[in-house]
Amino acid sequence: MDDTSSVLHEKVNTKALVWVFLSGLLFGLGLTISGMINPAKVIGFLDITGNWDPSLALVMASGLAVTVPGFHFILKQKRPLFEARFFLPGKADIDLQLVSGAVLFGIGWGLAGLCPGPALAGITSLDSSVLSFVAAMLAGMLLHYFLLESRD
Amino acid sequence: MDYFTPISAIIGGLLIGVAATLMLWTHGRITGISGIVSGVLIPNNTGKVWRTCFLAGLVLGPVGYIAISGQGLTIVTQASPLLSVVAGLAVGFGTRLGSGCTSGHGICGIARLSKRSFLATAVFIVTAMITVYITQHAMGGS
Repeated sequence: MDDTSSVLHEKVNTKALVWVFLSGLLFGLGLTISGMINPAKVIGFLDITGNWDPSLALVMASGLAVTVPGFHFILKQKRPLFEARFFLPGKADIDLQLVSGAVLFGIGWGLAGLCPGPALAGITSLDSSVLSFVAAMLAGMLLHYFLLESRD
Repeated sequence: MDYFTPISAIIGGLLIGVAATLMLWTHGRITGISGIVSGVLIPNNTGKVWRTCFLAGLVLGPVGYIAISGQGLTIVTQASPLLSVVAGLAVGFGTRLGSGCTSGHGICGIARLSKRSFLATAVFIVTAMITVYITQHAMGGS
């Protein structure tokens, strides 16, 4: 049986999509169990001069404890299981966009205690601040696209 | 420090690491949430199907947690909806300009030993800490 079919004029590999969905599910579960989905917990981690809560440093450390050896092993393979090649970011040099983008992101993260993953994972809470954040985040991404990417 | 929750932080972090590793292993992609979301949003982009599948899982993960544990989500927001809009705009624009967020740079990029990701992660964590210092302490907070 050919497991490649076409959805929305796109060739898709259904077997791979099951794994991608599972990956999303585990990611969302991890954000929830770790407490990263809770902006108050994130602010507690970022508030190093207040009642500092180091929990989220452990989230990052234990995440890296899996990805550092995992990526090292996987990237030695010729190709991933269900794709012809790896799709990795091409840029290698440090530029002003990288640094200014990270500064802007850091300001937003500190203001709300939300970054993209936890914000999206939290939308089913229907919390008005989370929903406003997500709507504005999508608008910010589109703004970047129309201002800086859409022109050739 | 009764608010320090090392066990759940480590279990959650391991799950996040496994998720990102599975994605690279099976599909050859980096699990960067800002990149995945914007890839769905941006017109005429390919790869919308797998990105939508990932996002469906991401949103349903917490729902599954509620179903299994019987507990609700703990989401406490201090920022007003207006401040959340300002923060959301900065995060949306900034993650595109800086090519990634906590997941793409912090979990995946560092694992690839990318110097761009090491720098970006250091910059956004320090900037976020300074922002929290200003809003929680310098501006008449507690």
